[in-house]
Amino acid sequence: MIKGKFIDNLPKIYGIYTGGFLAFIILMAIAEQMGMDAKTIGVCFVAFTVGIYALIGWLSRTIQVDAYYVAGRQVPTVFNGMATAADWMSGASFVAMAGGIYFGGYTYMAFLVGWTGGYILVSSLLAPYLRKFGCYTVPDFIGTRYGGSLARFCAVVVLVLASFTYVTAQINATGTIASRALGIPFELGVWVGLISILLCSMLGGMRAVTWTQVAQYIVLIVAYLLPVFWMSNKNGFGFFPHLMLGDEVGRIADLEAQFGLIKNSAADIAAAGVPAGLGYISNPHSEVPAGGMAAWKFISLAICMMVGTASLPHILMRYFTTPSVKSARKSVAWSLFFIFLLYSSAPMLATLSKLQLMDPSLATGIIGRSIADVQALEWVQNWSAAQQVFIADFNGDGVLQLNEWFMRGDVVVLATPEVAGLPYVISGLVAAGGMAAAMSTADGLVLAIANALSHDLYFKIIDPKADVAKRLIVARVLLVIIGAAGAYIASMRITSILGAVAWAFDFAMSGLFFPLVLGVWWKRANRAGAIAGMVLGLAAGTAYLIYVGPKFMAQTPWLGIDHLRFGIIGAPVSLIAMVVVSLMTDAPDKATQAMVDEVRIPSGKTILSNK
Amino acid sequence: MSNKEKHWEKTRGLMWTTLAIWFFFGYVVFMFGESINSASFLGYPLAYYMCAQGSLIAFVVLLFWFANKQEAIDEEFGFAEKEDE
Repeated sequence: MIKGKFIDNLPKIYGIYTGGFLAFIILMAIAEQMGMDAKTIGVCFVAFTVGIYALIGWLSRTIQVDAYYVAGRQVPTVFNGMATAADWMSGASFVAMAGGIYFGGYTYMAFLVGWTGGYILVSSLLAPYLRKFGCYTVPDFIGTRYGGSLARFCAVVVLVLASFTYVTAQINATGTIASRALGIPFELGVWVGLISILLCSMLGGMRAVTWTQVAQYIVLIVAYLLPVFWMSNKNGFGFFPHLMLGDEVGRIADLEAQFGLIKNSAADIAAAGVPAGLGYISNPHSEVPAGGMAAWKFISLAICMMVGTASLPHILMRYFTTPSVKSARKSVAWSLFFIFLLYSSAPMLATLSKLQLMDPSLATGIIGRSIADVQALEWVQNWSAAQQVFIADFNGDGVLQLNEWFMRGDVVVLATPEVAGLPYVISGLVAAGGMAAAMSTADGLVLAIANALSHDLYFKIIDPKADVAKRLIVARVLLVIIGAAGAYIASMRITSILGAVAWAFDFAMSGLFFPLVLGVWWKRANRAGAIAGMVLGLAAGTAYLIYVGPKFMAQTPWLGIDHLRFGIIGAPVSLIAMVVVSLMTDAPDKATQAMVDEVRIPSGKTILSNK
Repeated sequence: MSNKEKHWEKTRGLMWTTLAIWFFFGYVVFMFGESINSASFLGYPLAYYMCAQGSLIAFVVLLFWFANKQEAIDEEFGFAEKEDE
């Protein structure tokens, strides 16, 4: 594949790819009609898509530093938007988000606002300026703007902490999906997931990751939207669900009132033997919880997710790959558009799947039916066997009540097509989509960590004389080590997917947000201030996490700031420390101030021109 | 005031405007979530609609608007990049 020609032909290449993928879906649908069993279809979907990503990874192999670290800075705006969207939307977004909305209702939807609004900060405060800077990694910016190895090292520490927290959750998700689709144990699935991730990133670095992420975006968006539209049409809820589910949301509120939203006591749940991690509906779907505290909890979560978005290195570094500053800005807008396509569909999917189960007038409704009937349903049997759904007849009347139906959040995405009676080919497609979402995020994260360690720690601090070949070997070795470490921790199953994901945002915002933003927007910010901001912000946030974390000291949160929101403590500490220490020490020298002036205008050469 | 300073002043102005709009759709709307939820849009309760779609759409539109506005500022002061290749 010739480089220049490849870039020019992108729309055509990915057009053919999309067509090929749709043809594959149709082929599988025909095979299903001819009697291919569900398990084989699942295996085909995962194997086919992962095979394609590996092929792209192989074709994008490179021995050039620029291509390895920033994809040669020639990724067109719209394609970078797709790659960022895939980089962004994790296994949690794809598999767990609709389930979170299903159980949490309006309260949970703070994540939707938080995970989109952060891009405004990315575009207006950071991305275009970092692109102008011309750095390879985020610590590269900190290290050059503030000068000195210590500042660079602190940035590497925050990056590794935040990204590594995130990556274990992603490898965990690839493991879950691989084990289910391929019918292998979870521990083995984790390692299969890891190998798939490394195939996409090891040979070609950022270049390979970029082109696989575009391919993964196409798979995941098709896999998410197709079932939503299909179910909405099949049940007669509306041709275009996003615009037409108003009545259905109202209907759910009526049914909630009819059935009653009952909270089970922890003792009852334990006595019934409900498997860990399963939830039941006890929160209203669309009703806003009353009171200022509830509003504050919504807003504080949104703040953490937004500010965290703007500090996560694997997202920021995607904008280092665009051809210009102008295209970096446009690319952020495209990224959010592609993310919006999935995020706006998640509440629709939650609404559809909730109504399917709750509405007694629908054939699929199970609430209010006799438990014996429900247990005879094929999908209930399948998912019960996997301990993903559970029925506990608390009042012993033999009829299924709303608070007696337990289910894992992931089931909303993974089982809804089955519940709706869609062909199994859709379930296979959903598995491939979940795999694509988890893999693409894991790729980006593993690469961000390995690049920071190889470029900033090894090349800039330990061995500045290393030649290109040696640097790229170190980068690849680190990639494998970090991936393996992530997989090892994931296989021990330490925390649920979402807890860990939110922590990554809080770590990043506690340590990196203000040093990055003030590096561009405040000329007076200096090295001592930046170091104080990173160290004290991260320390304060982490200390608070240990104080309130349910698995640590589990103390009562202050003002409702629980372990998902510890960035609310860390970031302000970081800001105050940075401003106070900067003002107490000398202003940065003339050369640094001139560099900041240069960063602020788009034209001209990049600040760094490292080879 | 030099050309660079004027450019930066306008850039900063745009940044604050953008963040003000962001703040409105990201937070202010949800501070009043309880009271606006009785209103409806497309049949959805309004606060529910805003976090399911409304604010998200506002963010996407805001980003494209911001990118175009900033490009215009860069061109006005002669700091726009030359066309690629």
